[in-house]
Amino acid sequence: MAVNTDKNSYTIIFAIIMVVVVGSILAFAAEGLKGNINENKRVEKQQNILYALGINENDESSVTFVSKSNVAESFSKNVTKQLVIQGADVAEDNEAYLIDVKKEKASAKDPSYNRRLPLFISESESGTYYVAPIRGKGLWDAIWAYVALDKDMVIKGVFFDHKGETPGLGANINKRFFMDDFTGEHLNNSSGSFTGVVVSKGNGDPKNDNKLDNKVDAIAGSTITGNGVTAMIKDELKLYIPYFKTLKNN
Amino acid sequence: MGLLSKKDAKLIMDPLLDDNPITIQVLGICSALAITAELEASIVMAISVMFVLGVGNVVISLMRNVIPSKIRIIVQLVVVATLVIIVDLVLKAFAYELSKTLSVFVGLIITNCIIMGRFEAFALANKPWRSFLDGIGNSFGYGLILILVGFFRELLGAGTLLGYKVLGDPIELTGVYAFGYENNGFMLLSPMALIIVGLIIWVQRSKNKALIEDE
Repeated sequence: MAVNTDKNSYTIIFAIIMVVVVGSILAFAAEGLKGNINENKRVEKQQNILYALGINENDESSVTFVSKSNVAESFSKNVTKQLVIQGADVAEDNEAYLIDVKKEKASAKDPSYNRRLPLFISESESGTYYVAPIRGKGLWDAIWAYVALDKDMVIKGVFFDHKGETPGLGANINKRFFMDDFTGEHLNNSSGSFTGVVVSKGNGDPKNDNKLDNKVDAIAGSTITGNGVTAMIKDELKLYIPYFKTLKNN
Repeated sequence: MGLLSKKDAKLIMDPLLDDNPITIQVLGICSALAITAELEASIVMAISVMFVLGVGNVVISLMRNVIPSKIRIIVQLVVVATLVIIVDLVLKAFAYELSKTLSVFVGLIITNCIIMGRFEAFALANKPWRSFLDGIGNSFGYGLILILVGFFRELLGAGTLLGYKVLGDPIELTGVYAFGYENNGFMLLSPMALIIVGLIIWVQRSKNKALIEDE
């Protein structure tokens, strides 16, 4: 071809064509796959909530969710009630799990906005548990969690996840050795006031035998992710205290 | 080798040792520091880069006669970013679990200087098949170092390999921990990756004196 690729006009035309072509390919791909992706995200939310409740297919050290084919059935069986808490109002809503916690959190920066807090309740013979979805900041990007609590705010189970923490370090918050430590931890201190659970370096309790100290062992090398987890638990679960207080009074 | 001519085979073999992208060309160091705290992450990264570099090299090579030289770097960046995003979208739709493992790496692949380096140095001047071999060869060389560094960092830093406790349990004090061995937490931090890469460079150059640059 005898095209002069050094000419300015050629460069500009090339750039325009490239942008249009690449833009359409990406838009087409994103739009075409949107349905599948959203469905995957919905299933994942259900799996995460069930995981926090201790309903999973874990073997000794893996994190294995309820399989995709069983998740809908298991979810409707185990999550018996879904609530949306907005200030003093508590309403039932069967699609509460689809509430975007990220958006609610962002809107809540405006003090006049009354944040909608989803809460999932599981009632069975083994007891009644409350799962709260929470969200915070890690080192690089967002971290989030589903925390299952009993009525005294003792943790029954957690599921942590992250968007982009460092592989091998902060990314390990979604591994068993970290998550399992939270089970049985109390969110209230011995005098009954809310303190959360601190991800602590050198708490001298690596086996996490002491469940009343409001502390779990941190991951070496991921201080900021750990601090993010601490802050997330404290700041977000705090919002649910009024609801748990009403449980006590009943 | 029957499958590849001698010249083609050289394209694959050279980057493994004598022209290794990390230790000789000094490309892709940043990701080698960031993700080698675990062996598994190193392997995932190596495979992802192999895919992107192999396909990307072919695409750039096919376009090499029409790319305007003034904006070639931008064009290269657009090609990598598009490839990576498409792969990410497809995985999200059809292999969600895998995409969650990979999502952390997406940004790191786009900015990996090996990819830009090979586009610029090789694919822009060579035919597609040779560019493909060059891409595969270089990502093998990159993956080799990554896996080596990941192996030592995970073993000495956490006492595990691919998550299996090969040295015993540090909390229950079994295996070597029963004799007072302790994990070196410093191995999990990026500076140690740099030191391990340095040691590899040292070993490699002391074996092959031809690699030492003249003062």
